[in-house]
Amino acid sequence: MMSAPDLMSLALGIAFISLAVAQLMCMIRLVLGPSTGDRILALDTMVINALGLVILLGIHQGVRIYFEVSLLIAMLGFVSTVALARFILRGDIIE
Amino acid sequence: MTFEVIGTYATAVFLLIGSGFALVAVLGLLKFNDSMTRLHAPTKVGTVGIGALLLASMTYSYVSGAPSMHELLIMAFLFVTAPISANFIAKVNIHLRTCETPPAPPQDDTWSTLKIPDEDRDLGPASDT
Repeated sequence: MMSAPDLMSLALGIAFISLAVAQLMCMIRLVLGPSTGDRILALDTMVINALGLVILLGIHQGVRIYFEVSLLIAMLGFVSTVALARFILRGDIIE
Repeated sequence: MTFEVIGTYATAVFLLIGSGFALVAVLGLLKFNDSMTRLHAPTKVGTVGIGALLLASMTYSYVSGAPSMHELLIMAFLFVTAPISANFIAKVNIHLRTCETPPAPPQDDTWSTLKIPDEDRDLGPASDT
């Protein structure tokens, strides 16, 4: 049985690697497309994965300031997704 | 087993759950073969994956002696906004006709995002955008 801090650092490493791989695979979908909806979805998923990476960084360094960073990224990601979708749907963001 | 040991194990388990969900969702985003099907997988990361990572962050803050519940704010925000953005992306798919158009609604003649006003009829279909 592994000791708790060892397991913790191993899990942190696995989480960092898998989120980075997820980010790269999102980028593949972003380039491939084929439709605009897929690209918006890939960008949205990339924002969410970036949010996860910031949270992991906060756990890793034990700094509280990353909480504000991730809240800001969450809000900006939602607003940018909605703005892109609005632009495709209506040809205008704020009518 | 002290509280610290149990908390550290729980943090590790939450981290593994969250990163596993993130990886599986992006696999779905890559492997599925239809725009609407692809919409299904990544919306799970926003709720379950990030939720598990935030739980890990909260548990670890209790373990390391500086307890905080602020992560619940991010979790609530994500739980509220994830369905809205998914709905918008689905509407984009219907609008651009990149998916099979859903059956016509029972009351009106077509979906509002596909409806072209009569005076704009000569501008052509909206799928040119």
